[in-house]
Amino acid sequence: MIARAAREIQPGMVVNLGIGLPTKVVNHLPADFPVCLHTENGLAGIGPTLPPEQADRNLIDAGGAYVSTIPGSAFFDSATSFALVRSGRLDLTMLGAFEVAANGDLANWKIPGKFSPGVGGGIELAQKARRVVVLTTHTDRAGNPKLKDHCRLPLTARGCVGRIFTDMAVIDVGPDGFHLVETAQGVSVAEIKEATDAVLTVPDTTLPSF
Amino acid sequence: MKLPNKQSSMEEAIANIKDGDTVMLGGFGVPGTPFALIHALVRHGARDLTIIKNDANEPNMGVDHLLQSGLVARLITTHLGLNGHAIELMNSGMIKVEFNAQGILAERIRAGGAGLGGFLSDIGIGTELAQGKQVIEFGGKTQIIEPALRADVALLHAARADSFGNLAYVATAQNFNPLMAMAADCVIAEVETLLPLGRLAPDDIHTAGVFVDHVTELGALSEEYAVVQR
Repeated sequence: MIARAAREIQPGMVVNLGIGLPTKVVNHLPADFPVCLHTENGLAGIGPTLPPEQADRNLIDAGGAYVSTIPGSAFFDSATSFALVRSGRLDLTMLGAFEVAANGDLANWKIPGKFSPGVGGGIELAQKARRVVVLTTHTDRAGNPKLKDHCRLPLTARGCVGRIFTDMAVIDVGPDGFHLVETAQGVSVAEIKEATDAVLTVPDTTLPSF
Repeated sequence: MKLPNKQSSMEEAIANIKDGDTVMLGGFGVPGTPFALIHALVRHGARDLTIIKNDANEPNMGVDHLLQSGLVARLITTHLGLNGHAIELMNSGMIKVEFNAQGILAERIRAGGAGLGGFLSDIGIGTELAQGKQVIEFGGKTQIIEPALRADVALLHAARADSFGNLAYVATAQNFNPLMAMAADCVIAEVETLLPLGRLAPDDIHTAGVFVDHVTELGALSEEYAVVQR
């Protein structure tokens, strides 16, 4: 699933990988792949993550991981960092999710009464990146579908999600809802439908698997 | 002509903070957080503070010392995810917390430092973060009026400075520091290396000394500044 999501990144893009599963996507890019990774705390051109003994105490990503620079990296302040996000310079962001709705609504920052650490930079990434894709398990730990007819949890942004990568499928969000694009190897269309709490359009053609 | 000397002791500088003040703290996680100034503020003991900082650091680090000392009434922030203690204080009502979208917090501070009253933005429209905010129809769409933010005092961390208060940051320790340097009535910077006037080249300065009131040199850095072992 993560390897499949990595193929979503096109050469030349400016990309922000959200905390959690999306951060792991970078491990599936070739070392010489031409891409500029951005992090909210003020770096464009993120290099490899470093173990503590090699880390620079002043150089982290927005998730607190110790990262590095590569030739051409640039540092900037937090206002500049979000000017970049809000003004359309970010081609792609990959985010985690609690819920995604069939209209592209995303909820990923708050579970009232259980989890409310604050939204950080998530709203601006979700609302302003040119393309928003979600990486998530298809269901939560209790087995409940995360892809729903509509979100019950407080929204991060409305109508922002274009594509969803899960452990079961790749699903696009179109004007008329969820469309199955690819299936994970060994997973049937019936199983994906069963784990999705919304109408899922399935084409007549044979779907590729990943 | 010679530029004025703004070197002062940490205690002299921190004595400017009064009960009820609003205090901005630079930093995003460890990088750029003025840990020594925060300890000096805990010793000073000004109470009922409104703290403006991106995050609340981690338990027993930085902002958490102010929280543990009961000096904080209100926290304006973006994310408390790494400090469960701060979330407990928020949930139990011991402190009030105002969450901002991260870039909106940065821009509100930037506007405050630029002498503006606020700005318009569509960030958060249609979510609960927009609730209670004033909106206006402008440029053909609904926009939120985001008020500028200023503080009584800003506490900053820089890698290098000179005695006039010119500041240079390194790596991702820049973050909110240069914005807050412009947005407070009294700006205090702790610096790792204090250079004689002229040794910091004009082209290498991130924050011009005109914005800074007090500069204080750190001795050996404490463990709080080091790489966090998780």
